[in-house]
Amino acid sequence: MPDPVVSRRDLLKAGLIGGAGLVLAVHLDGCARLDADPPPTSAPFAPDAWIRIGTDGIVTVVVDRSEMGQGVTTALPMLVAEELDADWAMVRFEQAPVNPAYVNPLAGSQRTGGSTSVRAAWLPMRRAAAKARAMLVLAAARAWGVPARTCTTERGVVRHPATGRSASYGELAAMAGRLPVPADAPLKQPGDFRIIGRPLARLDVPSKVNGSAVYGIDVQVPGLLVATVARCPVFGGRLRRFDPARALAVPGVRHVVPIETGVAVVADGYWHALRGRQALTVEWDDGPLAGLDSAGVQRRLEDLASEAGVRVKSRGSDSPLHTSDARVVSARYDLPYLAHATMEPTNATAHVAGHRCTVWVPTQYQSGTLVGDGAREVAAHAAGLPPSAVTVHTTLLGGAFGRRVEHECLSEAVQLSKAVGAPVKVIYSREDDIRHDHYRPVSHHRLEARLDPSGRPVAWRHKLVAPSIMSRFVSPYLPGWLAHRFGPVKHGIDNAAVEGAASPPYRIPAFRLDYVMANIGVPLGFWRSVGHSHNIFVVESFIDELAAAAGADPYRFRRELLVDHPRLLAVLDLAADKALWGSPAPEGLGRGIAIAELYGGYVGLVAEAGVESGAVVVRRVVCAVDVGTVVNPDIAAAQVEGGIVFGLTAALKGEISFKGGAVRQGNFDDYQLLRLPEMPAIEVFFVPSAEPPAGLGEVATPVIAPAVANALARATGRRVRRLPIRPESLTA
Amino acid sequence: MIELRVNGVIHPLDVEPAMPLLWVLREVLGLTGTKFGCGIGQCGACTVHLDGAPVRSCQLAAGSAAGRAVTTIEGLAASAPHPVQEAWIAEQVPQCGYCQSGQIMSAAALLARVSRPTDAEIDAAMSGNLCRCGTYQRIRRAVRRAAGEPPHA
Repeated sequence: MPDPVVSRRDLLKAGLIGGAGLVLAVHLDGCARLDADPPPTSAPFAPDAWIRIGTDGIVTVVVDRSEMGQGVTTALPMLVAEELDADWAMVRFEQAPVNPAYVNPLAGSQRTGGSTSVRAAWLPMRRAAAKARAMLVLAAARAWGVPARTCTTERGVVRHPATGRSASYGELAAMAGRLPVPADAPLKQPGDFRIIGRPLARLDVPSKVNGSAVYGIDVQVPGLLVATVARCPVFGGRLRRFDPARALAVPGVRHVVPIETGVAVVADGYWHALRGRQALTVEWDDGPLAGLDSAGVQRRLEDLASEAGVRVKSRGSDSPLHTSDARVVSARYDLPYLAHATMEPTNATAHVAGHRCTVWVPTQYQSGTLVGDGAREVAAHAAGLPPSAVTVHTTLLGGAFGRRVEHECLSEAVQLSKAVGAPVKVIYSREDDIRHDHYRPVSHHRLEARLDPSGRPVAWRHKLVAPSIMSRFVSPYLPGWLAHRFGPVKHGIDNAAVEGAASPPYRIPAFRLDYVMANIGVPLGFWRSVGHSHNIFVVESFIDELAAAAGADPYRFRRELLVDHPRLLAVLDLAADKALWGSPAPEGLGRGIAIAELYGGYVGLVAEAGVESGAVVVRRVVCAVDVGTVVNPDIAAAQVEGGIVFGLTAALKGEISFKGGAVRQGNFDDYQLLRLPEMPAIEVFFVPSAEPPAGLGEVATPVIAPAVANALARATGRRVRRLPIRPESLTA
Repeated sequence: MIELRVNGVIHPLDVEPAMPLLWVLREVLGLTGTKFGCGIGQCGACTVHLDGAPVRSCQLAAGSAAGRAVTTIEGLAASAPHPVQEAWIAEQVPQCGYCQSGQIMSAAALLARVSRPTDAEIDAAMSGNLCRCGTYQRIRRAVRRAAGEPPHA
């Protein structure tokens, strides 16, 4: 996920953002600082921000990324345990407070996203652990009067083989804590890993099967009140008037409070608050988006497609592609707005007491630096206190997928706690959650390509019309020319809109991508794999259409055009091989293939799909992934499985539409998710690699939709160019 | 005033009988393992057992549960983990974990009713429980494992 903070740093350091995801580590060299909370859990041995070793030998790893299901509270402790030579059974984790030490170096803020967690931690956490190990060894060596280099470590114990002496890390913790931290300590060679690369059980799973895991919505504080907020159903609308009387008459309702986003009903519990809200008399001024509807959005996108837009990238000949030319292929694709629909509805708890504000929030984004939209800064602003007066407790996240970098709900909780003088938890109803999300943007695509007489594509043109997520991060205080040159939408190009479309991996001599920014007014956000979620569908569908036009096998067609991309070629081959690409597909089904490179990872995927009894069925998915070193192959496979389901849900069901300015969908009856009977069998294969870890959590999401569309083209002879897939469009 | 028997313990409660059982469990009894997901019986996150049968506690008035045995995820197993919980750990099912209490309660109710369910029976029993993280393949395996079947997908 592109980070607005990083983009703003263009002002300081030009040229940060690469083609896919973030590529530059940003160091907080004093130009912006976070207000620090004290480090968690004091321990006799706490050599750095991440590692605590007690006299009982328990190794506590402070995890500075949010656990939203991706297994980070196991993967990061594994990095530490590896270099520390810890006993895995003695390793625990703890969620980090806000502190500059916990800034994500790939994001420039304390946040979890962009598939950065493991790749950002890969060297720093291992180095920290290696130093800690060296200190434990030195403590033992000094105690024994032997050279440190003659000592060894194994499973939480320092040994001196020559004399047979040994001491546990717990026994050495106090002594090690008095030693200086060394400037450096060597890291293990991959061949010596005994923890990294193993499918160890997740540390958080036991608490997630017995009900004891605490998510934001589960936070309990003495005297807690619960609020729901009536918000204008039309984006940008305002409160005209309200009458609290009927709401206040509902038993259990304590307060009715107008706040920035609407009118809050604060009650003893959620049910009372919701009943109070249903009783509330409220009138809205719908504002300029009152007439918003989906047909109008579509018309607007198509109108904008006739504009020139901004040239994102071009190479090779710019001569016109004549549509009368038999070898010119053209197609239009459309993808809808999407909601995140995390299973845990959006919520936040706040307690403003005197000059302190404490918040408990399932957030992906604890603290920012310059923009002020991290949890701590949002809470501080809402409380009217300095950030240093705010304590952020990060709870477990019941899903996130980009939704939980947004903090309106937290602001509401803080405003309400301040207003009513008690701790307040704001819970979004499911309808609130679906109707007041920050949506994956809608997009409209026009593509044209020309094939030479041998069927090879020689020119590719793509015009992409889509709203811009990043525009809202353009500072209103920057002069326009400065924002244009250095802001998050540099030269009118939103990288979050064009990523995945700007650099198709295929060797095509003439290439052009133009972007037309469409300002619709619907709130936008980062949705698992962001721009790739629409652009990979388009690129991988269109290349398949070119293969069909050339009369070529879609796998071999891609193969021949991937000469410059060996790692992509390898996942393409692996997926095709494992799926037995050349063999006949099961009766009634077709096979489709798609590939992508995102966040440093490579993915190739084959889907078997068809139409049965008027419904699209996906029976089997084979996915090959190259994300460099895999820290925990079982967690990694789960991320790939989950990423595929996320993308498949969007392909088959996902659509947010508008009528009368409001979102039409509201709950899981009309914003449907994939259910268990629809689940394909998924096989995941990782390319063995000693490369550093790449982004994993989003890599599989964008390739399933094109693979399914490509499979359906083979099964039915009809091409899907609009998501979600309408089965009736395949059988008519 | 109603009397609820939850996980074997009788609670006399001063709550409105119309209050959904979900919110009585979560906000009155502090049993937060049962989750709120949709409020309309569409997602299954709030699944508990009522006299052993799976019910959506967001759709059940607390008054209707009076005098009957309510079992939540916290009470599924008295001391050692329930075989379904063990299978969930063995198959490493949870990701974010939010829906898993409901998934486990549905699976446990299925296996109490049918000791060796067919694939179709598993699909039918689990189709009311949504998982946004996409753990369905592992859920299938875990249910089979808990039933003593080979867990292969």
